[in-house]
Amino acid sequence: MVEAAAAFLAAIGRTTLNFFAVAGRLTTFAGRSIAASVRPPFYPRLIAAQMVQIGYFSLPVVGLTALFTGMVLALQIFLGSARFNAESAVASIVVIGITRELGPVIAGLMVAGRVGAAIAAEIGTMRVTEQIDALETLSTDPFRYLVAPRLLAAAVTLPVLVLIGDLVGVFGAYLVGVYKLGFSPATYIQNTMDFLETIDVVSGLVKASVFGFLIALMGCYHGYYSRGGAQGVGAATTLAVVSASILLLSADYVMTELFFVQ
Amino acid sequence: MNRLPKSPDLSREAGTPKIRLRGLCKGFGPKRVLDGVDLDVAQGESVVVIGGSGTGKSVLLKCIIGLMRPDAGSVEVDGVEVSGLRGAALDDVRRKFGMLFQGAALFDSLPVWENVAFGLIEGRGMARTEARESALRDLARVGLDEDVAGLSPAELSGGMKKRVGLARAIATKPEILFFDEPTTGLDPIMSDVINDLIVKCTRELGATAVSITHDMASARKIADRVAMLHGGRIVWQGPVADIDRSGSDFVEQFIHGRANGPIHVEAAAR
Repeated sequence: MVEAAAAFLAAIGRTTLNFFAVAGRLTTFAGRSIAASVRPPFYPRLIAAQMVQIGYFSLPVVGLTALFTGMVLALQIFLGSARFNAESAVASIVVIGITRELGPVIAGLMVAGRVGAAIAAEIGTMRVTEQIDALETLSTDPFRYLVAPRLLAAAVTLPVLVLIGDLVGVFGAYLVGVYKLGFSPATYIQNTMDFLETIDVVSGLVKASVFGFLIALMGCYHGYYSRGGAQGVGAATTLAVVSASILLLSADYVMTELFFVQ
Repeated sequence: MNRLPKSPDLSREAGTPKIRLRGLCKGFGPKRVLDGVDLDVAQGESVVVIGGSGTGKSVLLKCIIGLMRPDAGSVEVDGVEVSGLRGAALDDVRRKFGMLFQGAALFDSLPVWENVAFGLIEGRGMARTEARESALRDLARVGLDEDVAGLSPAELSGGMKKRVGLARAIATKPEILFFDEPTTGLDPIMSDVINDLIVKCTRELGATAVSITHDMASARKIADRVAMLHGGRIVWQGPVADIDRSGSDFVEQFIHGRANGPIHVEAAAR
């Protein structure tokens, strides 16, 4: 009985120590990454290449998900608001919902799946094939050469992606509103513009930038510390997507409180 | 139990060695991989560290280069302690180094010529056009023509990757070259080609070389001096010509590839 209790306590202790070890390592990694992102040398060619990878090649997936999200949102809000005769609020609720929440969150989750995994796999493969060691022996800091360009590119391009996603999502809702639900085009657009405030869009773009940073950070972190060949790289990829998604949603709550709750 | 002999006395060597290791220790959890390694490498000398798989040869190399931090002991390069260095100070020391990795470790995202020129462009700030010309010359030195320069590393055979890795290692004209299992995974003929290139390039540069291998043909070809690592320590070292009359049971067993001997006895005793 005593032994079982001791083993239970030991397991709790181990888990707690592991948690703090990982938290400490992640904090240190984030600190080194941020320092590498703001101090020269910078690698504009690599940053541009990553912006294309992260931003341009994510456009189809972000655009399609935003389009269908806007369409579904318009339909659901119309059906829900019909219960208390508030159908006219569809346009305003859709635009606020998309710009404040759904645009950045859906784009963030899509990019986490597509880009976070790719970053972890690429850097993880470089780790297990000693390419990162080779970088260091060539007097090149892997944080500046590998991590910083990805962090900067993701933090800059995700707001652009989200802005495009917002427009596509609102357009999807407009299509459903006008052609399916019978709203007049002019009224729908008027309602959209009347209730949209600058803070709605700005808060979404700030969230997107933070999400981009978190997605790239998790991809780089799990890739950088991957071990054990192909299996280790696979595990790093999964962990990058899962941890980025969880961090993204929790950061979303915190930022929503900061922006909108007095 | 077969006791390990004490590390050979190094006090006979005069002057400052290019690389000097004293009491180097490195462990992972309860396992002590390096347990007091003492080794000197003189200017212009080629030392090959031999030893079985898992004896810590790669760890030793990584501790010298600064890819791993030793738990204890000292690593001196040109008389300067380097084991505690970080950042720019470590980068300055590493500018003296060139390294050929076991799997070549070429950067997948760059074409061959950029791999070779990487240290010149990123480390030395050389213009890309000038660095490309230099890379083509280095590729020619390892027997590769201009057609290879634009290929991606994924398009190369194992032997070609090693040659490109060697060209990258010598591109910055380093003072010290490190070779990590240079012939692993190659057929005997290609192994000999790589060994010849290593000897040629090291001599042309006048560089000091430290190699690790368990390929005795390679060791005999590229070494001036051989050191054997076992049980975390250097158990024998001497000129390559003396390796067949080393008087060390460990060396005898290793170079003849015998299953029976002190190395096997120790493994069984654990």
